Amino acid sequence: MNFAAAISLGLKEILAHKFRSLLTMLGIILGVSSLVGMSAIVKGMENGMREALIEVGGLERVQVEPQELPAHQRHLDTQKVGITMTDVMALKKSASLVKMIVPEMRLSRPTLSRSNKVFNPFLVAGTWPNALELNQHVVAHGRMFNEIDDEMARNVCVIGTATRDELFGSPEDTGREIIPIGEQVNINGQLFTIIGMFKHYESEQQRKLRELEKKQPKEPQSGPSRSRGWGGRQRGGFIFWLKNSTVYIPLNTMWMKFRASAGTNNIPDPRLSSLSIKVASVGALENALQQSRNVLMQTHLGIEDFAFRTQENWSENITLAIRNARLSGGIIAIISLIVGGIGIMNIMFASITERIREIGIRKAIGATTFSVFMQVLVESTVIALIGGVAGLGASYGLVALLGAVSPSDNAPVITLAAMLVAFSFSAVVGVVAGLLPALKASRLDPIQALRYE
Amino acid sequence: MALVELRGVSKIYQVGDEEIRALDNINLDIESGEFISIIGPSGSGKSTLMHILGCLDAPSHGTVKLDGIMIQGASQTQLAAIRNQKIGFVFQFFNLLAKLNVLQNVELPMIYAGLSGKERRERAMEALRLVGMDNRAKHRPMQLSGGQQQRAAIARALVNQPRIVFADEPTGNLDSHTGENILNLFHELSRKGHTIVLVTHDPEIAAITPRRIEIRDGKIATTVDVTLAGLDRQVHRSLVVGQSPPPSSLSDLSISKE
Repeated sequence: MNFAAAISLGLKEILAHKFRSLLTMLGIILGVSSLVGMSAIVKGMENGMREALIEVGGLERVQVEPQELPAHQRHLDTQKVGITMTDVMALKKSASLVKMIVPEMRLSRPTLSRSNKVFNPFLVAGTWPNALELNQHVVAHGRMFNEIDDEMARNVCVIGTATRDELFGSPEDTGREIIPIGEQVNINGQLFTIIGMFKHYESEQQRKLRELEKKQPKEPQSGPSRSRGWGGRQRGGFIFWLKNSTVYIPLNTMWMKFRASAGTNNIPDPRLSSLSIKVASVGALENALQQSRNVLMQTHLGIEDFAFRTQENWSENITLAIRNARLSGGIIAIISLIVGGIGIMNIMFASITERIREIGIRKAIGATTFSVFMQVLVESTVIALIGGVAGLGASYGLVALLGAVSPSDNAPVITLAAMLVAFSFSAVVGVVAGLLPALKASRLDPIQALRYE
Repeated sequence: MALVELRGVSKIYQVGDEEIRALDNINLDIESGEFISIIGPSGSGKSTLMHILGCLDAPSHGTVKLDGIMIQGASQTQLAAIRNQKIGFVFQFFNLLAKLNVLQNVELPMIYAGLSGKERRERAMEALRLVGMDNRAKHRPMQLSGGQQQRAAIARALVNQPRIVFADEPTGNLDSHTGENILNLFHELSRKGHTIVLVTHDPEIAAITPRRIEIRDGKIATTVDVTLAGLDRQVHRSLVVGQSPPPSSLSDLSISKE
């Protein structure tokens, strides 16, 4: 008996008992769809977490920051040079594994004001135009300052939507989006012209929530207007808030307007707050750091007053959290698949008991032990495979259902890998579930089976 | 050389401490083309004998040779192949698969023989024509009368062109008229050269075959061979030495009614 005949035999048997087969498949359908659905939810979670990581520049971004001298160099404290533009030039020339270098000079205690409104942004930094690329900023309105603005140390700034919301009013409050290009703001006593505004950064989930609110306006609150208290910050939202409250000004402007009065003489303080570098690839991270360190040790006269900061830990934490979520969810889903398999085994046992006589007849007219074994095995496998395919279809429904029940969650993403794993697992379950019943059927004594009533 | 050779075949069942000899030292030859009946009351061991002849069961002692093949050493798979290729079975309860139509039922042995779909269909139709069932090929067994079902079952038994056909009480579930038709069909098949072994408890049915073997308590009690004896209807003594046939069995055979 060839394989195609065995499969058609299995299909016939399944079609002969449609309702029973459907009930049997249900276990596999639920198992497969929950496995795919679970993996889709975890993938959504992972996407949400990675989103935030990418927003701060991804793994390739490394920050060089000033650091306390190591204990054995404490006596050199007065001779340290700090991170300066010399480092930037040296890295540019000598560190081949560093793709991009962005100097940053931060304003301490920044205060932006306009008429009677005051806002303390997270960051006011003097930097180069390429900070846009390194820090994954997108200018939605107006323009970024350019090299000429930097060269001329013009009083121009690019703001984020958080600054706009505080000084000019948010779209939610005013009912329209204000684009304050060309307006003047006061940054720590200096008047600046806003020449550009970043796009509004938010996680996928925040965007969905906002769109949902737009569609169905909040019910008007009864009673006098009041603050409703702090409702807790949504996960991942903080990173986006920090990014939205960033203000960029040209590096030279920062240096000349805000650092000139820092010392006792008239020479502005040349030290940078930090230096961001982008390495060529994540794989070359270690080598790039070593190379950069060698270069910086030269410019710093051997005094190690700088340190590297990467996002490796963050990334590792994400990986760990995802692995845990996947493992725990996966185990539960696989248990439900196994339960489905036990259901198949149960039905197969019942089915062969019902068909003992048939098996006897088949053996009497020449069915071998193996062909009876294959017949039962193929039947259970075909049930599992049909259940698996139906489960893949059902997983879309399940994911849609989950999305409808809790739309604020990270959007679940169905992956091909999850589908393949779930489907092949259902096939394995089908085969394993069929083994014992198939063995029992194939070992039936033809004489006993023929006599069976 | 005989088609089937049984030498010293015994079948012993162990029930608790008791030993039950279902078959006791049977020697039997069946020649190719013979029409033979095995007769005996229930519990006599005739079913066990048929199972051993039909390669469904292995004897405890003795040797079975079918078409020159020793059955003793054969594996389950080889036995299945022998059943498939060399033996056809016809049962009392027809034993057609209810889920399949007549044609599919007849095709079944050829599926296990590994024949192609086209060849299966042609040979199945040919076999159905032989038993006069070719116009009912697409019917389910449940839509047929008992006689028609048995004809389909006979077609299934013949479709792989077996060397020998065993019919176990083939008329047991049929009314006498239909039963007669089925027996006539067997007669016809016998005339066409098929080797047929009829197993029955009914002496009247056994009477249609030229050679009759009576089994009692696991032993061959009497052998009647019309062909050997010619018109003398001679009753042979059992092949088992010292085993004289009980007189009652002679009248049971109802030879005179033929």
